[in-house]
Amino acid sequence: MNIYVCIKQVPDTETKIKVSGDGNWIDTAGIKWILSPYDEFAVEEALRLKEKNPGSTVTAISAGPARVVDAIRTALAMGADNGIHVEIPETADSNLAAKALAGALKKEAKVDIVFSGKEAIDDGAAQGSQLIAEYFGIPYVTVVLNAEYSASSVKCKREVEGGAFEMIEVQLPALIAAQKGMNEPRYASLPNIMKAKKKEVKALKMADVGASESDQKIRFKNFQLPPPKQAGKKISGDPAAQAKELVRLLHEEAKVI
Amino acid sequence: MATGAKVFVIAEHRDGRLKKSTFELLGASSAAGNETHAILLGDGVAEMAKELGHYGAAKVHLVQNAALKHYTSEAYSKAIIPILQSGGAEVVLASHTPTGRDLMPRIAARMNVGLASDCTQLSFDGGKIKVRRPVYAGKATCEVEFLGSGPQMATVRANALGIPKPDTGKSAEVIQANADLGDLKTKVLDLAKGSSARPDVTEASIVISGGRAMKNAENFKILEEMADVLGAAVGASRAAVDAGFRPHRDQVGQTGKVVSPSLYIACGISGAIQHLAGMRTSKCIVAVNTDGEAPIFQVADYGVVSDLFTLVPLLKDEFKKVKDH
Repeated sequence: MNIYVCIKQVPDTETKIKVSGDGNWIDTAGIKWILSPYDEFAVEEALRLKEKNPGSTVTAISAGPARVVDAIRTALAMGADNGIHVEIPETADSNLAAKALAGALKKEAKVDIVFSGKEAIDDGAAQGSQLIAEYFGIPYVTVVLNAEYSASSVKCKREVEGGAFEMIEVQLPALIAAQKGMNEPRYASLPNIMKAKKKEVKALKMADVGASESDQKIRFKNFQLPPPKQAGKKISGDPAAQAKELVRLLHEEAKVI
Repeated sequence: MATGAKVFVIAEHRDGRLKKSTFELLGASSAAGNETHAILLGDGVAEMAKELGHYGAAKVHLVQNAALKHYTSEAYSKAIIPILQSGGAEVVLASHTPTGRDLMPRIAARMNVGLASDCTQLSFDGGKIKVRRPVYAGKATCEVEFLGSGPQMATVRANALGIPKPDTGKSAEVIQANADLGDLKTKVLDLAKGSSARPDVTEASIVISGGRAMKNAENFKILEEMADVLGAAVGASRAAVDAGFRPHRDQVGQTGKVVSPSLYIACGISGAIQHLAGMRTSKCIVAVNTDGEAPIFQVADYGVVSDLFTLVPLLKDEFKKVKDH
């Protein structure tokens, strides 16, 4: 099988976000970049599918500035065979990124299945997976907790709200967007990290994949940090008095119950 | 209505009931003087049109089809897009729910326009929308500028706008529409209902979360009992989820759900930056922790330094008194 996984590089979850000088992006200086956590599940799922189907290859694709090659190397170190990087601007939106990734997929000889994370933890837009599938012309299932693969279709357990699930059958080729818990992503071994450094990552420009800056449909601006919280009230007394006072405040002052 | 826009709201329902988040969108649109349309899809859902009218829809576009009984992005988008196109939609809104977030990117792509996801602020100005949304799980927010022409599309976080009071004197004109769904490549085989009667953490107006200090899964029972008094959802920190106390779907934080309830009660949660990112837009935050120096107190409106195992049962009884009053 020709298995593809679309990944994104994002700031580490512990990053303290600062706004850039012009207020229209974040200050990227000093940020530690990681493979977006949901994408780890996508890479792992791709690798497991490859292992069940000898002769398969896994190709990791990412769109972004030069730095995202590191995320591709992470996927290669986990066991992906090939990497493709499409260079797009730092401030590209989901639409431009998806056009670029779908364009890169279209250049491949045969695509049997595409994996991705259900969202990236930077802008959290949860648009990329659907847009890639749409532009590549395949169906998608998002927020997938479990997948059973057959030759022509995939049965997916999709998480919806309130602890409910849907069982969805989708015909291949399709895009499957992973939810946390779909599997247990492996750690890259040291030898594999070394090997990954030597693997070639194919470099493409937007023009190579039929994308352009005009594919950007939205732009983020006027970033703000959340206003510092006013110091809250500490409620003192013995537990019974604390409970009584807290409920009174929630009822009479905050009026939330 | 000279300054209003043609606003189309994708109505959402589950288990035979319209979602409160749909009412929020209808209320915000109609209050701003827009020509507010609702799109209602399903099978045997015609009765819901009335309620959409009560909450501000002037027109309800109703499509009924067995293939629309359960949501799939494929069937829904095929049914919705012709309605948007023939209706001259200028703004398209859906809730940022599992359905809305799955569906709207596909519609945006087909309409060749951009989509602002997970907005927490929405206002209307001269036929255009202005939106602000959290990024980096709420560590910052930004405005979204729509480039190019065509309808403006946004998904809005549940609880962000507030639920309007229904007006049973209002009614919507119902327009029956047909959908050519053609061949579908995705089909819903089965639905498994949640085991819990409690609301989802992303939709509840009150969320009670537990952290590592809950010590084990069984102890969450005391939070569940308090939640049931308040009609609240039960959430958990990443530490509690990683320890196996709760399933991942209950996790609040940057790698879990981002919530914005009117009341968030954090019990035994220290307040790691990635947890704060997931709940700091809550309107009122209560922290219960034995460690008075825990970072959670920096974002709490009300802090209680106390042992949760002592305090929570007492709190439950106090809440009950208020509720029974």
